[in-house]
Amino acid sequence: MITYSFLQHYWWFLVSLLGALLVFLMFVQGANSMVRTLGYTEEGRRLIINSTGRKWEFTFTTLVTFGGAFFASFPLFYSTSFGGAYWLWMIILFTFVLQAVSYEFQNKLGNLLGAKTFQIFLAINGFVGPLLLGGAVATFFEGSNFIVMKDNLIDAQSFTPIISHWANASHGLDALLNPWVLVFGLAVMFLARVLGTLYIINNVNNDDIRSRAGFQLLASSLAFVVLFVVYLVHLLLKDGYSYTADGTIVIEPYKYLNNFLDMWYLLVVLLIGVVLVLFAIGRSFADKNWIWGIWPAGIGVVLVVLSLLLCAGWNNTAYYPSTANLQSSLTIQNSCSSEFTLTTMAIVSILIPFVLAYIWHAWWSIDKKKLDLKEIADDHAY
Amino acid sequence: MTTDLFLNIDASSINWARAQFALTAIYHWLFVPLTLGLAVIMGICETCWYRTRDTFWRDTAQFWQKLFGVNFAMGIATGIILEFEFGTNWSNYSWFVGDIFGAPLAIEGIVAFFMESTFVAVMYFGWKKVSPGFHLASTWLTGLGATISAWWILVANAWMQYPVGCAFNPDTMRNEMVSFLDVALSPFAIDKFCHTVISAWIIGAVFVVAVSCWYLMKKRETKLATESIKIAAIVGLVASLGAAMTGHKSAQSVSQVQPMKLAAMEALYEGGPEQGLAIIPGVKVPYALSFMATNDFAGYVPGINDILNGYAKSDGTLEPSVDEKIQRGKQAITALADYRKAKKEGANPALLNEYLSTINSNMKYFGYGYVKDKNDVVPPVWVNFWAFRIMVGLGCLFILFFAVILAVTYKFPKALLQKYDITTLPDWHYWVGILLVPLAYIASESGWLVAEFGRQPWTIQDMLPTWVAVSDVEGFSVALTFFLFLFLFTLMLCVEINILLKQIKKGPEYNN
Repeated sequence: MITYSFLQHYWWFLVSLLGALLVFLMFVQGANSMVRTLGYTEEGRRLIINSTGRKWEFTFTTLVTFGGAFFASFPLFYSTSFGGAYWLWMIILFTFVLQAVSYEFQNKLGNLLGAKTFQIFLAINGFVGPLLLGGAVATFFEGSNFIVMKDNLIDAQSFTPIISHWANASHGLDALLNPWVLVFGLAVMFLARVLGTLYIINNVNNDDIRSRAGFQLLASSLAFVVLFVVYLVHLLLKDGYSYTADGTIVIEPYKYLNNFLDMWYLLVVLLIGVVLVLFAIGRSFADKNWIWGIWPAGIGVVLVVLSLLLCAGWNNTAYYPSTANLQSSLTIQNSCSSEFTLTTMAIVSILIPFVLAYIWHAWWSIDKKKLDLKEIADDHAY
Repeated sequence: MTTDLFLNIDASSINWARAQFALTAIYHWLFVPLTLGLAVIMGICETCWYRTRDTFWRDTAQFWQKLFGVNFAMGIATGIILEFEFGTNWSNYSWFVGDIFGAPLAIEGIVAFFMESTFVAVMYFGWKKVSPGFHLASTWLTGLGATISAWWILVANAWMQYPVGCAFNPDTMRNEMVSFLDVALSPFAIDKFCHTVISAWIIGAVFVVAVSCWYLMKKRETKLATESIKIAAIVGLVASLGAAMTGHKSAQSVSQVQPMKLAAMEALYEGGPEQGLAIIPGVKVPYALSFMATNDFAGYVPGINDILNGYAKSDGTLEPSVDEKIQRGKQAITALADYRKAKKEGANPALLNEYLSTINSNMKYFGYGYVKDKNDVVPPVWVNFWAFRIMVGLGCLFILFFAVILAVTYKFPKALLQKYDITTLPDWHYWVGILLVPLAYIASESGWLVAEFGRQPWTIQDMLPTWVAVSDVEGFSVALTFFLFLFLFTLMLCVEINILLKQIKKGPEYNN
């Protein structure tokens, strides 16, 4: 029986899956943040940029679809977070705009700013994109400073008719003052670098670059693992926000730990994901000839992020807690679209496997032969 | 009690939010039509290669694809901002109609964006890696993805002009979708899609003709130029005629659902039957406006004052005055406030039903409840008037232009044009072809000015005025991002134009 509640959970699953895929696809950003460390020569740098240049649009499209899916399924989040945390999202978008033009423009005649400028743009997106997107995801657990008052729309005594307000003037930048948000953001940034290194090892057929990748992989992995473990421990021990049958939000000690215990299957998924990531890192570091680490790491990252996001929204949990007004916190119940819209969109979501199938086929077709200097010289290249 | 409802909202927030959205949309529309138009032409070129295996066609396709790629990147860059600005700058809007409006955007992402982004990669990097058939399919699918994307975003835009398939839910305080088909297949959306996409093909065709003209003037790449002109002239003429027909249909849709927009487009203050269409102020084609709006030379067309003061429609029903709509909108808002208060206090169902009845009977005018003065619902007349004329005038010019180009290229009628050779015309002929590029963009942007300025002050026609749709962000912050994007987009536009010019100057790379 497909109930309204089932649809809310289903759409939270889809949004979480898109978020998880987005984090995996941020290997593009990770690799771009290491262009100068992995590629010591101009040719090496071009190889890395051309390698991520064959994939950047997947990341970009996933980000756009993630936003669109959130808009369609949980419009109150779209309204509250984007309209409230204005500066946080604007900076993220700004860096993605820089990225979008940088591939195509950088090595074209007449680009006015020079190739180096566009490579710097890619690096900015490579560092700032994952950091701030990670920070934005961390607010699902740490909360944000907003108030939602739907009656503002019709209350003549209210100051404005706007229903969602950020409760301070920083419009989202305040999130970066929370050390836990920074820890998670940095963890995502280093994770992107781990994934970026593993992707380059796999995709670029160049001994010089592969020989440098080992050290970068170790350094990024250590930073990521430390930050991730610290945040995971913090998450499991912290209070969370849950809602009762009548929609009242209450603070619950060890909420996220309880969620993992109640939804044991998510814990299993999380652990499998962690093992896969650690396996990919370990084997890639130990065996220099093994280039397939991106796949177990990618699958592992999708599983870990998926389990974390499901833990944030399922089991009567407020996925976007308000630190300004507890009852303004957003849940999958109070922020979702109507049953009709969720049902319609659920029917549309049947197309997703077909979309994934042709993406896979196209990816496989392009990646059958690994990228090398000859291809850049002879074929279409950035 | 609700006389001065919410009029204390910061005006600069609204104006900067509008300016930022307009800026992004205008920039975005500099790149999208060329993407849509070039996709058709490069698809035809590659199909010729697939059928003949003549490497000339592959090189020609690759040349246009190279220019396509430079432009495509900017379309993506400006597009992402546009989607997220619904949330960042129009947060009330996002909640009030997100249940309906979000769906097309999500479908656009799932169905169209992934198609575009996947196959554009195959198109560029797959020449030596996939079969010719797969590559050809990828090229067409890239264009198809862009076109499907246009479909869904235009469905969303058409819904803002003509909101259908939805109902207001007083418990959730928003409009909710009740018929997906009504939203997705709204006649307004179909007209808008056909007109917009076809007009984009004109830009693609004008661009290709212009580049080809430059080569002919420089006496180089003659074969590529003449063959490209042959294709572009057919695409351009079909598109120009199609744009005229779909434009007529769009104008009729506007006359039915947005009479104020039509009145502003015509600067028609006092309407009536047998209305003439103004060519310029003071010069009218008799009966033409009535015919354009109603398919009847004697049809009644309301003017701005008629709409403000109320008028009798051709079917005999009375359209209320704006003052009456304002009052009824306030009644809906007051009843809604009473309903929600009573529900919280556990009032009896009879009382709740009474409030609901008042809400439902006045909901059509809900948005008017936020209007202070009836003159506030009049869109900027001169912008609409001149933008419409520029669009239509240039559209007619393009029909003539492509007809002439086609005639000269194919030497038809033979007796008249036998002596003309497209490759040896005097230079000024080629300059005409080149100088039409900015005019094509001006025509296209003018169309959007009519569509969007004509809807003002509404974000959603009659439902939500701009000043109730915005986010709670200070004008200063939005102004800052406005100038940041203005700087960035302008800089990137300069870069793009310079790259395009260099690429054109460099010319195609012949593999054989």
